[in-house]
Amino acid sequence: MELNNQPQPEVYSDKILDKTEGEGVEFVKQQHQIQIEDPDSWQNEESNHNFILASADALINWSRSSSVWPVNAGLACCAFEMISTASSRFDISRFGMEIFRPSPRQADLLIVNGTLTWKMAPQLKRIYEQMAEPKYVIAMGSCAISGGLFRNSYAVVPGVNKIIPVDVYIPGCPPRPEALLYGIQMLHKKIKKQRNFEKRKSA
Amino acid sequence: MALKTETFLVNAGPQHPSTHGVFRMRFILDGEVIQDVEPVFGYLHRGIEKLAEGLTYSQDMVFTDRLDYLASMTNNQAYAVAVEKLAGIQVPERAEYLRVIMAELMRISSHLMGVGFLTNDIGAFLTPLLYMYREREKILDLFDMVCGQRLTYNYMRIGGVSQDIPEEFLPALKKFTDTLPRFIEEYEQLLATNEILLVRTKNVGILTKEAAINYSTAGPVLRASGVKWDIRKAEPYSVYNRFNFEIPTATKGDVYDRYRIKIEEMKQSIIIIKQAMEQLPQGEIQAKVPKVLRPPKGEAYGRIEGPKGELGFYLVSDGATNPYRLHIRPPSLLNLTPLRELVIGVKIADAMAIFGSIDICMGEVDR
Amino acid sequence: MTVELQATEVAAKLEAAFPGCTIESSGNTIVIKDEFALKAATFLKNAAGLDFNYLNFLTATDYQTYFEVIYDLVSLEHNHKLVLKIKLNNREKPELASVTGVWKGADFQEREIFDLFGINFTGHPNLKRIFLWEGFQGYPLRKDFKQ
Repeated sequence: MELNNQPQPEVYSDKILDKTEGEGVEFVKQQHQIQIEDPDSWQNEESNHNFILASADALINWSRSSSVWPVNAGLACCAFEMISTASSRFDISRFGMEIFRPSPRQADLLIVNGTLTWKMAPQLKRIYEQMAEPKYVIAMGSCAISGGLFRNSYAVVPGVNKIIPVDVYIPGCPPRPEALLYGIQMLHKKIKKQRNFEKRKSA
Repeated sequence: MALKTETFLVNAGPQHPSTHGVFRMRFILDGEVIQDVEPVFGYLHRGIEKLAEGLTYSQDMVFTDRLDYLASMTNNQAYAVAVEKLAGIQVPERAEYLRVIMAELMRISSHLMGVGFLTNDIGAFLTPLLYMYREREKILDLFDMVCGQRLTYNYMRIGGVSQDIPEEFLPALKKFTDTLPRFIEEYEQLLATNEILLVRTKNVGILTKEAAINYSTAGPVLRASGVKWDIRKAEPYSVYNRFNFEIPTATKGDVYDRYRIKIEEMKQSIIIIKQAMEQLPQGEIQAKVPKVLRPPKGEAYGRIEGPKGELGFYLVSDGATNPYRLHIRPPSLLNLTPLRELVIGVKIADAMAIFGSIDICMGEVDR
Repeated sequence: MTVELQATEVAAKLEAAFPGCTIESSGNTIVIKDEFALKAATFLKNAAGLDFNYLNFLTATDYQTYFEVIYDLVSLEHNHKLVLKIKLNNREKPELASVTGVWKGADFQEREIFDLFGINFTGHPNLKRIFLWEGFQGYPLRKDFKQ
């Protein structure tokens, strides 16, 4: 893009932007071929909290689970079932999730819906890293769980859990809004079991 | 003291509330006026054309649902028309009428979403969209009654449709088409004379007639610029030559005209559905097609008028069970070609309105 | 009703204008030599009575020994259509002239063919990969592509 016959500053040149993006994609593709473990192992351990810490825990977990704010990484068809869940028939604001934040820095739930391609993978990892702790991830639809119908393709990531750790999986193609609401209730149950006054074992 | 200004680069990135899906635009701005834009695609490229060579003809029907995921019925119909042209299969009458009813209902649903998201981008955040979602949920209930799915139907088969309609479908459809005109009037009251909408959409993003033809646009974008071209009248497929309906066109080609055309097309679709309901005959719903279809050697191009434009499938067969080459003519990608010319020289807020009025769906652009 | 033109008549007009350009013509398809791509496109768009001002689609196929590029042309005024095919025999470095000067709608479609098949279009204003990322090795829609 040359404007007024003046050469653009180097950082805006198309070739360099495309080349850095391509290198980022190849880097992610080589690093992320193995599945990341689901962050579930803490649920089976014994808790040695006393009464005060346990009731403080219950209060904090109740307030966290009642107002989870999602950011939507709406990639493909499943995004429209999520928008249907958020509109007036299957109301999602009765579960506290009315506000969909456009910016990941103000959200604590990432709902990945739709097929993830290798070209989009670095951007999704960036969105996940920009969110503040505590953060949760829901993989919605069969394309996000395992690549779905497009698993054998040359450009599709076979499952979002190769890039980011996932808490709840919701199968379906696309899952009905009632299924998404059931998955959100499972996430609330998981949040209510958290222990907030212990050191985290792993990152 | 001499002031110096510089241009800077702003990225409307793949994750954005206003871009309809994963679409990236790199703007070079001087203040708020756009000097140049470069659209970047490919964030949803799944390789459907290559995957389709590994499955049989009837198995490929499931890929067509996911192309333009807001209008799955018309995608299925386009693929079925193309394969039937290649293999020389005749579809029974009742199946043709059912296909027409489903396609016109799909057109109403897709235009409701198109208008709703356009007003969403302009600034009426969610109010008209939720009103239009109310009607769309009724249409999705009708589809749920017929084939059990809300978004990706896979209802049509090569040679007909897969299931017959249950008995409660026709009374529910009659009730829907009787009440829909009143709701469209309600939208007109909300939007048509609204000052803010008129100021933000009139004379914005004008696409002239010669430019629209040269850029290979189709559908409401072409008709809003003054060209009366609709595949249902130019090369009638299925039983469209038995219905009386009109094709709305406009003269100027700005954002307001494209919005206006979608509302008028919804009214014409209701007229077609009423005529199809009256003429619906009894009979079979699927032709006799062999279980494993091997069309003769050759090639064919079948096309229909989808809600976003002309959707066509180009098929090459070499006598085997899988297609040798499947190519999809994507209306959304070709309607996006004049974006650069339309957007240079306007402010960023107008660029989002222009982009919303072209009404694309990323599954079809990237395939 | 869209009429499919008899390709032999149109081929006769093309031969009269540019001798030696058509290889064969049958049904509604004309096959021409690749040097005459741009000249034939300009002639078909501007000739009186033909007026092919709308490029419907542009795609390519890989038949293992040669590539074939297909142009589907429509005239909105007279409501008739024609299919134009060009065969490219060079599998190492296939090249063809770009028609973006004639029909601007060919812009993204030629970039797609370059991305997925590797056919180079000379004279295109911005020829680079459109769907896959820079640094992707190979051209996926060729029949000999291995993942």
